[in-house]
Amino acid sequence: MELPVIATTLPEAERYHFDEALGRHGLSLAPISIDTLQVNVGKLCNQACLHCHVDASPKRTEMMDRRTAEQVIAVLEAHPAVTTLDLTGGAPELNTNFDWLVVEARRLNKHVMVRHNLTVQFDGNPQTGESKEYLPEFFARHGVEVVSSLPYYTEYFTDKQRGRGVFNKSIEAIRRLNEVGYGNPETGLVLNLVYNPVGAFLPAAQEALEADFKRMLWNSSSLVFNKLYTIINMPIHRFKESLVRHGGYEEYMNKLVTAFNPGAADGVMCRSMISVDYDGRLSDCDFNQMLDIPVEEGTPRSIFEWDFDGLMARRIVFKDHCFGCTAGAGSSCGGTTA
Amino acid sequence: MANYYESADLARFAEVGTHNKALIDKFFEYYNMATGTDGALSKREKQLIGLAVAHTIQCPYCIDAYTTGCLESGADPAQMTEAIHVVGAVRGGASIVHGVQFLNVLERLGA
Ligand code: SF4
Ligand code: SF4
Repeated sequence: MELPVIATTLPEAERYHFDEALGRHGLSLAPISIDTLQVNVGKLCNQACLHCHVDASPKRTEMMDRRTAEQVIAVLEAHPAVTTLDLTGGAPELNTNFDWLVVEARRLNKHVMVRHNLTVQFDGNPQTGESKEYLPEFFARHGVEVVSSLPYYTEYFTDKQRGRGVFNKSIEAIRRLNEVGYGNPETGLVLNLVYNPVGAFLPAAQEALEADFKRMLWNSSSLVFNKLYTIINMPIHRFKESLVRHGGYEEYMNKLVTAFNPGAADGVMCRSMISVDYDGRLSDCDFNQMLDIPVEEGTPRSIFEWDFDGLMARRIVFKDHCFGCTAGAGSSCGGTTA
Repeated sequence: MANYYESADLARFAEVGTHNKALIDKFFEYYNMATGTDGALSKREKQLIGLAVAHTIQCPYCIDAYTTGCLESGADPAQMTEAIHVVGAVRGGASIVHGVQFLNVLERLGA
């Protein structure tokens, strides 16, 4: 157990100052690069998970159109320094331009990652009924890196967070990915899994948990994957609402603030990426995007006004939720940051 | 004092050092070394032992802290449940094995 600290009783607005925490540690966290364009192509999802920071669900209709998708590709083409397209959602595969984006980005020799929730392979599009069973073969053909959430290696935690039946479906979906070569180091087809805590606590050490996941998934189902990323639940949207409902918001924020790690802060992902929403608006990261926090005022704020140098010169907009990226070993779309 | 136990008091643990900081600092250092690190036992194993002991001594602060500690070291409710059944088994066993003593007394009394 980490020994607890004295609890504070200041009101919320005066309490969680991320910029001050950076200042205390002599950190300024300017952008280092824009090697990744993380594109959120829409909020439609076949699931509606408890912790979802996007508030995605089968009912959402926000969706990136073809014109915006074409502009994403134009930016990638014009900037060799942007080497990675990271597609997220919702379930990004439910966007009608998804396949096109993957094919075009690969044609430009970009590394393409997709935040694939596994179950969409079986559920398909909840609004049109379109099947998505072709995805493992499609990903493999185009050499897409697949990054998938699996909250735990057993059913209880997984279904509690992601819905009943999700664990068994996820296991079958990983099996299909393994069948086309994913997770096997010799094929070069990368399947990384993402663990996030099922509740208001911090993740265990990434390496130890990865070893557990590997052993347990192999022993129980003969499944393989490459890396496990541990991420921290962001105190925003659905997860924040549930914390507030259960009276645990302050305790959780105190936990994050107390665990602030300057080493983890140095590696926050917003220093090397730009996030694009379905309408082409630019943010420092997907969390800021979901909170309607655009890139700094005075910086081009739309993919249609893309200006690499202008974005590199921006000041990243930090708020209280940023403590979720800097607690303990840190947290990002690529796991720990320390 | 409304209640002997308040959950918010767990966060005030360090205040026990108010009148002797050196002793509590030493204790915390020892405590964190003993329970919070990977060693010959993994941190998770230590947290599960901590949870079991917490149930044995029936300390609500410790049950709260070690439930979180188990989760944060990668344990799940199934493992935690098994840990407290070990407590039940050992505690029950400790009672029942003393039955040998009552058998000895019976024998002494010729009963
Ligand atoms: S699968 Fe992902 S995008 Fe969909 S609801 Fe769950 S967390 Fe949100
Ligand atoms: S929440 Fe976004 S802006 Fe804040 S530290 Fe994390 S990545 Fe950076």
